[in-house]
Amino acid sequence: MMDVIGLSADLSLVTALSYLLSVLLPTMIIAATPLVLASTGELVVEKSGVLNLGVEGMMIMGAVVGFIVAVESGTPVAGFVVAALAGALLALIFGFLTQVLLSNQVATGLALTLFGLGLAALMGQTYTGIRPPQTTRLDIPEVSNFPILGDMLFSYDWIVYFALALVGAVWWFLNHTRPGLVLRAVGENHDAAHALGYRVITIRLAAIAFGGACAGMGGAYLSLVRVPNWSEGMTAGIGWIALAIVVFASWKPGRVIIGAWLFGGVTILQINIQAANLNILAIAAIVLALVTVVMIAFNLRTKSRQGWIRVAFLGALALLGWAMALTWPDFRLDSAYLSMTPYLTTIVVLVAISGDRTRAALNAPASLGRVFHASN
Amino acid sequence: MKLLKSLGLATALTLATGGVMAESHSEDPLKVGFIYVGPIGDFGWSYQHEQGRLAVEEEFGDAVETTYIESVPEGDSERVIRRMAQDGTDLIFTTSFGYMTPTLRVAEQFPDTMFEHATGYQRADNVSTYSGRFYEGRTVQGILAGHMTESNVIGYIASFPIPEVIRGINASYLAAKSVNPDVEFKIVWVSTWFDPAKEADAANALIEQGADVIMQHTDSTAPMTIAEATWDGLEQGETGIYAFGQASDMMEFGPNARLSSIIDNWAPYYIERVQAAMDGTWESADAWHGIDQGTTTIGAFNENIPEDVAAEATAAMEAIAAGELHPFTGPINKQDGSVWLEEGETADDGTLLGMNFYVEGIEGAIPN
Repeated sequence: MMDVIGLSADLSLVTALSYLLSVLLPTMIIAATPLVLASTGELVVEKSGVLNLGVEGMMIMGAVVGFIVAVESGTPVAGFVVAALAGALLALIFGFLTQVLLSNQVATGLALTLFGLGLAALMGQTYTGIRPPQTTRLDIPEVSNFPILGDMLFSYDWIVYFALALVGAVWWFLNHTRPGLVLRAVGENHDAAHALGYRVITIRLAAIAFGGACAGMGGAYLSLVRVPNWSEGMTAGIGWIALAIVVFASWKPGRVIIGAWLFGGVTILQINIQAANLNILAIAAIVLALVTVVMIAFNLRTKSRQGWIRVAFLGALALLGWAMALTWPDFRLDSAYLSMTPYLTTIVVLVAISGDRTRAALNAPASLGRVFHASN
Repeated sequence: MKLLKSLGLATALTLATGGVMAESHSEDPLKVGFIYVGPIGDFGWSYQHEQGRLAVEEEFGDAVETTYIESVPEGDSERVIRRMAQDGTDLIFTTSFGYMTPTLRVAEQFPDTMFEHATGYQRADNVSTYSGRFYEGRTVQGILAGHMTESNVIGYIASFPIPEVIRGINASYLAAKSVNPDVEFKIVWVSTWFDPAKEADAANALIEQGADVIMQHTDSTAPMTIAEATWDGLEQGETGIYAFGQASDMMEFGPNARLSSIIDNWAPYYIERVQAAMDGTWESADAWHGIDQGTTTIGAFNENIPEDVAAEATAAMEAIAAGELHPFTGPINKQDGSVWLEEGETADDGTLLGMNFYVEGIEGAIPN
């Protein structure tokens, strides 16, 4: 077999590409799904001006409740629905404390995480060692079995599609609807929104409940699809990563997907480059090449000069990566470095966007985390 | 975010102390504390230490007062250990490798408190170390895995590149290779002790790469669950992926997939040390027992294992217990081909405790 791209000595170009697209990519997308759900929910919460650090707690609550309901009812769909309700209910405790009793959001959010972890451990005690009913995967005979594309696009369980659709819906809601505008107004300046007659607290409570529902579903995805079993503390910090993604995405729904794929993808990459003995340089080159192709297609429409400069830059990078992969076919990145990547990227993004002089560039809702009371 | 995470966990710990078991009836019970790296419900490493604590309670009743704190991150453990010492705990068991330096630091400040650190190698006047010779169990697993694999690819989910884990990989590999010369190990380092999602992903990746037996050195039951899922809808006579229970038996998580298990049985040691502390005979020491004293217990074998294979594994187990067989007996070369042990030579404990190299035949590099 010929090692044309330096990915791995054991793989030919075709098998390597098909491995990347039909194994690695789908696994990344699955790993990213809980993050997409939880981050999108938290994004809406933060857009309304509330910082809920209890994502981890709401996720684990969703994980345990979703698991219990799916096992008892035999239908995973019921598990996901009730997990969303449980997440929302837990979130509303946070909402009541912070919006009605005006408690500190950071402290209350942390407490919510602790409460969720503890309560979930208690509820799940008799559910260890049980297997949940399987969540059905999309299976359109002609399409799902199509080589590569079938695995790439049409082989997931419905939650994956639901999560992506949810991001689209949230984007549309925030940018193209009147209630979305009101929600953003509340997040930017709650006093002004209040003066205009909007019900700041009601709107925020609704956003908090939505965030909780999304986190709950994300948690249920862990216990019902990704692992699939219930074990105490199984979220293992994923809720904090979801929070980081919101900042990484600079509060823009579309970027949440990129962030989730990056954070989720790095974990999968870290595991798979070891299992399949892959050269990370070649993977980087392939990813860059794919992005370049997408950008060329995009540019053919917009025909901007800057765009072509970007294409040329990315293309050159891809070629450089390819050359490096061929020069050092035995290059293997220490897995520890890959574990650091998402955090490093978040820091870089934060530095980059906060480098702008105006706070608006940071895009953080201006009232984020601030206490609102009508008498102020 | 990292800061937020530790902040969150730190607060979690502070609250978790609220869950201490306190039953003081007698005049002056010995206060014994335990610090766990995972949740007590992980059904693996921390679960087994918790079983040890419960055995201490059972044994001594009102004469002891035990406390525990679970899910203590290694990086944040010093504060937690110090707090436990400040609370007047007489004897503190810190049960993860990464607690080593924090334990020694706190021990220096509390010379009258007795400390016991699991799996470490640094001691002080008031710090003992203890561990199990779990590599002995790995030898038994390696024999089973080498026989049971049909693809000749064994997947290994490793946590952190510390001697304990590397020892396990080497022992498993040598045993598997001895019964099946074609066997190949694929090793994935996941950089965590407990993260079910990540461990599940690792198991899936290894299966995707052709592994049909999965071994793990992480604490969750996720890899076993993934292996068990491959048995769904099989025809009579077909087999799915096999796996081993790690630290705990894990039988209920893989009735079909589980070949056997290594069970960490800490109870005898914990009872012995608590007794010593009560009698005033406690001294800093190092304990490293294996199959002989039951610290390393081998779980029941899967029914699918042929009788001769089971007999071979049992014989190895008994020979190790009797001291007739050492899992690391020469000739063994290091990965780079240099000689480690000459014909008939056995590894000394010092080398085993500091093991930082693969033996010959294992591919890949140990991460830094």
